[in-house]
Amino acid sequence: MSFSWARQYEPKNGFTQWMDERLPLPRLVYNAVGAGYPVPRNLNYMWNFGVLAGFFLVLQIITGVVLAMHYASDATVAFAKVEHIMRDVNWGWLMRYAHANGASFFFIVIYMHIFRGFFYSSYKAPREMIWLLGVVIFLLMMATAFMGYVLPWGQMSFWGAKVITGLFGAIPLVGEPLQVWLLGGFAPDDAALNRFFSLHFLLPFVIAGVVIMHIWALHIPGSSNPTGVEVKQESDTVPFHPYYTAKDGFGLGVILILFAIMVFFLPNALGHPDNYIEANPLSTPAHIVPEWYFWPFYAILRAFTVDFLFIPAKLMGVIAMFGSILIWFILPWLDRSPVRSGHYRPLFRKFFWFGLIPAMVVLFICGGAPAEEPYVMLSQLATAYYFLHFLVIIPIIGQIEKPKPLPYSITEAVLGSDKKAVKGENATPAV
Amino acid sequence: MAEATGTATADTVIDSGDDGVRRRDFINIAAVSAAGIGGLSVLYPLISQMAPSADVLAESSTELDTAAIAPGQAIKAIFRKQPLFVRRLTEVELDEANAVQLADLRDPATMADRTKEGHGDILVTMGVCTHLGCVPLGAAEGENKGEYGGYFCPCHGSHYDTAGRIRKGPAPTNLEVPEYEFTSESIIRVG
Repeated sequence: MSFSWARQYEPKNGFTQWMDERLPLPRLVYNAVGAGYPVPRNLNYMWNFGVLAGFFLVLQIITGVVLAMHYASDATVAFAKVEHIMRDVNWGWLMRYAHANGASFFFIVIYMHIFRGFFYSSYKAPREMIWLLGVVIFLLMMATAFMGYVLPWGQMSFWGAKVITGLFGAIPLVGEPLQVWLLGGFAPDDAALNRFFSLHFLLPFVIAGVVIMHIWALHIPGSSNPTGVEVKQESDTVPFHPYYTAKDGFGLGVILILFAIMVFFLPNALGHPDNYIEANPLSTPAHIVPEWYFWPFYAILRAFTVDFLFIPAKLMGVIAMFGSILIWFILPWLDRSPVRSGHYRPLFRKFFWFGLIPAMVVLFICGGAPAEEPYVMLSQLATAYYFLHFLVIIPIIGQIEKPKPLPYSITEAVLGSDKKAVKGENATPAV
Repeated sequence: MAEATGTATADTVIDSGDDGVRRRDFINIAAVSAAGIGGLSVLYPLISQMAPSADVLAESSTELDTAAIAPGQAIKAIFRKQPLFVRRLTEVELDEANAVQLADLRDPATMADRTKEGHGDILVTMGVCTHLGCVPLGAAEGENKGEYGGYFCPCHGSHYDTAGRIRKGPAPTNLEVPEYEFTSESIIRVG
């Protein structure tokens, strides 16, 4: 679907005409990310991160496939194989550093993308399905990242695998057998390493599949925008190409500069030195922490230190950690305010900037810190606020808030009046 | 079929049996059921292949000799690829453990419950913290034994007493005592 004023694809020569009648792939591209896809004219740089996430998914798949050519998922040689990649394989160090830092950058852009969704309420009707698919992608990403981190078979790999599969052990009755089943043994070993490698290779392609559905669902209503007012007329939009291909290209250039700085000058800054020690089942590192992108959720896991009613503290932590993300699945129905953009929601904005964001920052810091005071108490407070924000504050704000007046249209928001729009302005000469 | 009226259509002529069951419905249900059960039965091997394989299970029992362990000493062994602590307790340690009121314990168990009859001074436990699976300290010489003189997990600060019972910290249960038996006066077979 698209708006009625979307430009139609016209094959320009004999070959494209021949293709169009047999496999209309150029038409698909034209309508999806070309001049045939009208997009709100007022998107800011927060709308860059979807394309950037797609870029990093592709980067991870390419570097990952290359690494798999030189790696072996056998517990006796896995650690040595990673060193082989680092020292012997031509440009192996570049592939590995790009893959390791690529994971971090993938999470950075995804967190910005989710942040955009929270602030501008991108999850609201008619875009709930885009949001739900996005949460699925995020969960798949977390699983993929976790299993990938086990593959180097260092100390953090091993103990990370042990602690995370140990979470399933907290489930009543089936926990123990479930953990043994997941690992294929009583502790992480060859069986676990092999299946993690297999799944780590598979899941990115599953993610790619869900991404296609995510974009498909997006192209039904089209992108939201910073005003949250739906597109009403042609002057509210510009064609995706060349306007947003250029804007996304600029954003890509900026993030690639940052990425290059990390890969070439600070390749291990986001990693843990302990993972350069081979896995040892008899010695636990003094301070086990997951990768930085899991810290907020790890803090929620550890925030539960006393039994709650009949539920043991450990199980409560596991439920809360998974619940903190699963709660996003019902967010479109918790937030009943008809206004989308945070710019027009004074009360929502206060709780967003002075409630949710500080809580997330506290959880992030506490997740990376040792499990001692004051971090435990701080993560308990932040966890309490986190759930309160989504389950109580958001629904109440939707009822009592008096939003600021919305502009009539995107054109009015940008130009001050609909009348200033030049008719047919978007009919730019064909490139 | 039930709504069949006097007008005989091509369908009713072909399909209606005397008992009102259409031959085509029967074949349809039978075929879909067979395909469904067939498909589901493939799930069993697919799920079961993830469970520990025969060679992993074959390593699931360990024998060791306790004769060389002096009172107050402990050894670390490996059982199912996980650390196993075997400790010979001193009189003082035994008395400490027995002096505790069961009601004060998070996971109540007596020393006698956790040892074998006739070998009350040999404590065999997994070296796996019941919180998130780290290896507690306290088995080797000079390691921190925690506030209760047993084991101490450095990951999240769980303290275990001389009977390996959880006394303080986030761990929910006592250090697990694996299944084992004395095959002679000093040899134990775990698993």
